[in-house]
Amino acid sequence: MAQTRAIVITGNGTNCEMEAAHACRMGGFDEVVIAHIAEILSGEVRLDDFHFLNLTGGFLDGDDLGSAKAQANRLKNAAVDGSGEKLVEQFNRFISAGKLILGVCNGFQLMVKMGMLPAFDGNYLNQSVTLTHNDCGRFQDRWCYLKVDAASASVFTKGISGGIYLPVRHGEGKFVCDSEATLERIEREHLAVFKYSDPEYDAATMEFPANPNGAQNGIAGICDPSGRLMGLMPHPEAFVHYTQHPRWTREQLPEEGDGLILYKNATEYVRKNLV
Amino acid sequence: MANRIEVALKAGVRDARGERIKREIEDFLHLAVDDVRTIDVYTVDAVLAPGLLEQAAAGPFSDPVIQVWSLDKPLATGFDYVVEVGFRPGVTDNVGRTAREAVSYLSGTPFADGEGVYYAVQYLLKGLLTADDVENIATGLLCNTLIQRYTVLSSQDFSQKGGFAAVAPKVQSGLKIEVKEVDLNVSDEELMRISREGVLALTLDEMQIIQSHYRDPRVLEERAKIGLGAKPTDVELECLAQTWSEHCKHKIFAGTVHYEDENGRKQEIKSLFKSFIQRTTKDVREKMGDKDFCLSVFKDNAGVIRFNDKHSLVFKVETHNSPSALDPYGGALTGIVGVNRDPFGTGQGSKLIFNTDVFCFADPFFKKPLPKRLLHPRRIYEGVVEGVEHGGNKSGIPTVNGSLVFDERFAGKPLVFCGTAGLMPAEVNGQPGHDKYIKPGDLIVMTGGRIGKDGIHGATFSSEELNENSPVTAVQIGDPITQKRMFDFLIRARDKGLYRFITDNGAGGLSSSIGEMAGECGGCRMDLAKAPLKYPGLNPWEILISEAQERMSLAVPPEKIDDFLAMATRFGVEASVLGEFTDNGVFHILYEDKTVAYLPMDFMHEGLPPMQLPAKWVPPLHEEPVCAEKLDYTEDLKQLLASLNICSKESVVRRYDHEVQGGSVVKPFCGVANDGPSDAAVVRPILESFEGVVTAHGICPRYSDIDTYHMTANAVDEALRNYVAVGGSLELVAGLDNFCWCDPVQSEKTPDGPYKMAQLVRSNQALYDVCMVYNLPLISGKDSMKNDFYDGTVKISIPPTLLFSVIGKIEDARKAVTMDVKRPGDFVYLLGCTANELGGSEYLALKGFVGNKVPRVDAISAYARYQAYHQAVLQGLVASCHDLSDGGLAVAAAESAFAGGFGISLDLSRVPWQGLEDGWNDEALLFAESASRLLVTVRREHSEAFEAIMGDECCARIGVVTENPELLIEAIEGHNVINADLAELKQVWQSTLREL
Repeated sequence: MAQTRAIVITGNGTNCEMEAAHACRMGGFDEVVIAHIAEILSGEVRLDDFHFLNLTGGFLDGDDLGSAKAQANRLKNAAVDGSGEKLVEQFNRFISAGKLILGVCNGFQLMVKMGMLPAFDGNYLNQSVTLTHNDCGRFQDRWCYLKVDAASASVFTKGISGGIYLPVRHGEGKFVCDSEATLERIEREHLAVFKYSDPEYDAATMEFPANPNGAQNGIAGICDPSGRLMGLMPHPEAFVHYTQHPRWTREQLPEEGDGLILYKNATEYVRKNLV
Repeated sequence: MANRIEVALKAGVRDARGERIKREIEDFLHLAVDDVRTIDVYTVDAVLAPGLLEQAAAGPFSDPVIQVWSLDKPLATGFDYVVEVGFRPGVTDNVGRTAREAVSYLSGTPFADGEGVYYAVQYLLKGLLTADDVENIATGLLCNTLIQRYTVLSSQDFSQKGGFAAVAPKVQSGLKIEVKEVDLNVSDEELMRISREGVLALTLDEMQIIQSHYRDPRVLEERAKIGLGAKPTDVELECLAQTWSEHCKHKIFAGTVHYEDENGRKQEIKSLFKSFIQRTTKDVREKMGDKDFCLSVFKDNAGVIRFNDKHSLVFKVETHNSPSALDPYGGALTGIVGVNRDPFGTGQGSKLIFNTDVFCFADPFFKKPLPKRLLHPRRIYEGVVEGVEHGGNKSGIPTVNGSLVFDERFAGKPLVFCGTAGLMPAEVNGQPGHDKYIKPGDLIVMTGGRIGKDGIHGATFSSEELNENSPVTAVQIGDPITQKRMFDFLIRARDKGLYRFITDNGAGGLSSSIGEMAGECGGCRMDLAKAPLKYPGLNPWEILISEAQERMSLAVPPEKIDDFLAMATRFGVEASVLGEFTDNGVFHILYEDKTVAYLPMDFMHEGLPPMQLPAKWVPPLHEEPVCAEKLDYTEDLKQLLASLNICSKESVVRRYDHEVQGGSVVKPFCGVANDGPSDAAVVRPILESFEGVVTAHGICPRYSDIDTYHMTANAVDEALRNYVAVGGSLELVAGLDNFCWCDPVQSEKTPDGPYKMAQLVRSNQALYDVCMVYNLPLISGKDSMKNDFYDGTVKISIPPTLLFSVIGKIEDARKAVTMDVKRPGDFVYLLGCTANELGGSEYLALKGFVGNKVPRVDAISAYARYQAYHQAVLQGLVASCHDLSDGGLAVAAAESAFAGGFGISLDLSRVPWQGLEDGWNDEALLFAESASRLLVTVRREHSEAFEAIMGDECCARIGVVTENPELLIEAIEGHNVINADLAELKQVWQSTLREL
C-alpha cells in the first residue's frame, strides 16, 4: 500500500512541531517529517513529496510585525535554492494537487495573512480576514468548547457530533473580517467550521472567557470552500490523549482526546483520495 | 536619509493596547483620560529601490484588514498630546530587527553596514491633561528612560512641525579603539577609586592581589617576551573583575566563615558551598549507593540526573534580580531566555521541556513614598510578568509551575527566579550526553547574537547594592527568536557531532565562558577583532565582557568547522571562529593580532584567597501575641484567602503557555471549573511514553524573621511535600537551591553583617540536615548575595530567601493526583501533626505580628509518612491531595473544596496534635503552618486500605466531603468556627489580583 505522508514545518519561532507530528502519527500517517524551513528553502525537503501539510503553533519571528506577518512575507518572497522557484509556487502546487493543509494557532494566522483562507473563488493569495489582539489585551491559555458546523465542507471534522473541547493559547486570536459581506459569505458557505460555544455546544458565544478573544460571531476556525484547507486558533494536537484534559483526574474520559479526530480524518482522506 | 512608515488601526477597530494604557494611566497615575490610541512607527534608514518602502508598508508592516499605513506623512489625528517612544541607540530592538529582515526578503539583498530599521510607538492621548501630566505619563508609564527615548508634542506643536522628524537612533561612535594601561603602583585610596569608578566591584584586598601580581618579576619577564608592559591592560583588569566578581566567583559561599552560635560556641567553616551544599550531595549519593541517579552535579551549567535508560533530565534555576529592578520587562525577559541557555549548554546540549518562575514583589497596591530610582512595585509586577510571558511563550517552552510571593521589603529589590529543565539523550554519538571535553587545537566558536555595549558590567553591578548610579548599560533585552533559531540549529549540529563542547554566554560574557572553557584544556588564544559587533566602536575590553544576549560558545574540532559553519548559514545563524584552545596555561587575548591580555590561568582561577567572614547568631525575640479565642473565624479565613500570598494568581498564570509541547498532565489549575491551585506540575516529555517529570518548589521568606534554619527546613519540606502530593516518586528526586540574601559582609553600609552571615550559616545547616533525611541530592543552584537598596540614607534589605526546587519522576503519569475533592461522601484525612506554631504565619501577619513559634520540620517522621502516602497513590487509593502551607488547614480545606465544587465538613478535635496541651486551641488548629502536612480525600471503599498503608504515620480521619457547597469546621468545643459558602470563599480568593 502506498505511504501516507505528513509534513510539519518548523523554524523561526514555530513551537508545536513535536506534538503536531505526534498527532499525525497517532492519527494514522505512515510517515511524518518535521522539516525546518531552512531545509525547505535549501531544497533538501520538498512539499511535493507530502500529502498533508501542518502549519502549527508558535511565534513566527516573535510575531514582531503582528502575528505570522514576517513568515507570510518570507513564504511569499523567499526563493528555494537551486530550483529557480519561489517557495510560494510549491504551496500553490500543493493546493492545486488537492492536498490538505491544517493551520493551528500561529499556523492559522499565517494561512489567513497569506490569503490561503477563506480563499473565495479559488484565490489562495488574497487576504480578506485577520486574527488580531484578544479583546482582553492579554495572552490566554485556557480550554474552550467549540461548536462544529456539521454542514461545513471541512474534511477534518467529519463525524464530529456537537463539538469538541480544546485549549487556546494565544494573544492574537480575535477573528475579524474586512467587511460584512465577507463575514456573511463565510457563514453562508458554512466555512466557519468552529465557533466558541457553551459546554453543550448549543450556540456560539461572545462571552469572555468562553469566547477568549472577542472573535466575530465567535469564530474560532474556518476552512476554504473545498474543505481541504482549514485553520483554527485552538490546538487539536494538544488533546489527543485523556491525560491532557484539564479534568482527567475527576471525569471518566475515553482514551483518545477530542483533537485526534482531525488527524484521523486527514489520514482517511489522504488514503482515499491521494495515494 | 531615513523614512518613516506609520501604521495605524482603521477607524472602528478596537485598540486593545491603547485601552490597556488608558486603564493603567487611570490606575497607576490617577489621571483621567478620555481615550488612548496607538500607532506603530518604523524608521527605515537604508538605501532601497524605488517603491520598496511602499511595498514594505503595504506588505509585512501592516494588516490590510484592520490597518492603514503612510510613508513620511503623519497619521495621528484627534488627540491633545502625542508621545512617541522608541529605544535608545544600541538597545536591542526585536521588532526593528524583524522588520529589517522582512525588507531584505522584499529587496532580495541584505542591509549594508550601518543601515537599519528602528521601531517606535506613538501614544495619542485625548483628555484634559496638562503638559506636566503628559510628562508624568511618559516617564511614569510609557517609557523606561534607561532604555527608551521619548518625545512629547501637543497637537498644536505637532501640526506646526508637521509631525515627528525621521531620526534613526544609531549608535554614534567614532571614538578611537584603544587599549589603555592602568597604573596600579598607586595608593590604596587610588586603587579603590579605580575599582569604584570602573564598576569593577573589587575590594581593596583584591586590588592589592592584582597589584602584587604585576610586581612579580617572573610575571613581568613573561609579559616582556610577548611585548606587554608592566602595567595591566584595561582588558586584563576588566577580565579579572568579571572572573572574580561575587556573581561569577561566589566569594561569600567560598569564603571562610567564623561562626559563633547563641551559646558562644565557635566554629570555623571553610566554604559554605563545600561544607554544606557539595557535602549534602556527596553524602546523599553515598547513602543511596547503587540507587544513585546523579550524573553531573555542580560542574556544568545545570545539574543532570537519570530519567530512564535513554534519557537524562537537566535542571537549573537562576535569578535576575538587579536588572529586573532597573528594567522589569527587559530584565525578566533576559532572565528567562538566559536560564534557557543553561540546560541547553549542559553536557552536549539538551532539549528544553519546561520553565518555572517564582517572583517576589512588594505589594502592587503599595501606597507609601519610595526612594528615588526605585520603580513602583506595580510597575515591576507588570513588567516582570510580561517579560517572562514573552520570553517563555515565544520560546515554546511551557511554564508549568511557579509562585508569587509578597513582602514589603521586596520593594528594595524584586526577586525574579527563572528555572528551565531539559531532556538530553543519555548517549550522543556514543558518548554520555552529560559529558564534554575540549582538546587543544579545537576552535573557539561563538554563535547567535552579535556583541554590543548591552550588559556591560552586569556581573559586577549585580555584585553591589542597587544605588542611584547603577549603570544603564547593565540592562539587556532578550531576543527569544534569535535564540530559538540558534537552538534549532545547535540541537541538529549536536546530533551530527559537529562540536565537542558547548556552554552559555551569560554573566561576564566571553571573559567568563571562554575563561571557563580554557580551564578545561589549559589555555586559549582568541582574537576579539573577529567577534561580530552590532555596531562599530567597541573597545576590546567591552567586547570581552559584554553580556549581549543569545550567544553560545563552542569548541569545534578543526575537521568539523566547515560543516558547522555551512549548516549555521543555512539555518540563518551567525557563527564566528574567534581563535583556538591551547594547553599553554595562558588566557591569551588579542585584538587584530596584537596581544591585549595575557593572564596565567592559575592566577585567574586560583589567585584569590578566601574571604574571611564573621558570623554571630543571636536569636531575635518578637512580641508574642495572645491567642484570641473566638467563636467564629470565618472572617479571618476570608481575609486570608484574599491576602496577596494566598489569593489566586490565575490572572498571571493564564498569560503563560503551560501546555505547549503537549505533555502537560497536572496543569497549574485543576478542578471542576479549571481554577483550583495545583501543588506541583507533572509533564510527559516523551509523548509516546507515560513516564512523567514532576516539579515543585518551596519558599517561605517570612520565617527568616524568626530563624533561617527553620525557613530553610520548611522550604525544602514544602517543595518535597508538593512533589509528593501529586504522586512524585521518592526514589528519583533531586533538589536545587537558590539563595537570595541581603549583603552579609560586614562593612560601614552593613554593620549587621555578622547576623546576616549567621543567618546564611544556619540556612546551610538546615539544608544539609533535611536533605540528608529526604535523600535529596542537590544538583545545581545559584546564590545572589547583594539584594539591598541603599541610596545613602534609606536602606532596604530583602528578607533572606531560599527558593528550593525539586525535580523528579512519576513512573506512570496516569496515577497523578490533583488537589480538588472529587465526590461527596469521600473521607477527609489529615496527614501530619499540627502544633502550636503560628510564628511567621500568614495569619499572624494579618494581625500585625511575627511571633516566635516558627514551624519546625520533623524530617524523619515526615519522610516515613511521604513514603507511605506514595504507596497509597501507587495503589490508586487517593482521590485528592492538597498540601498545607500558607494559611494552614483552613485555607487548604477551602481551596480543595471550592476547586472540587463540593463541601467539606471537618472536626478540629480529631486533628492530630503535637506538643503541650496549653497551645491546643482552635486558632492554632485552623491557621498554624506546621510542616509536612497533607489534606487527603479517599473513597469510602478505599478507606480501610488507605488507613492500613498509613499505619502509625500520624494520619487521622478528620471529616468528609459533602454535597452541600459549604465549608463547615467544627471547633474543639463542638460549635462551628467556620461556616462559609464555597462560592463566596472562592470569590474573595479570586478577586484580589483578578484585574491585574
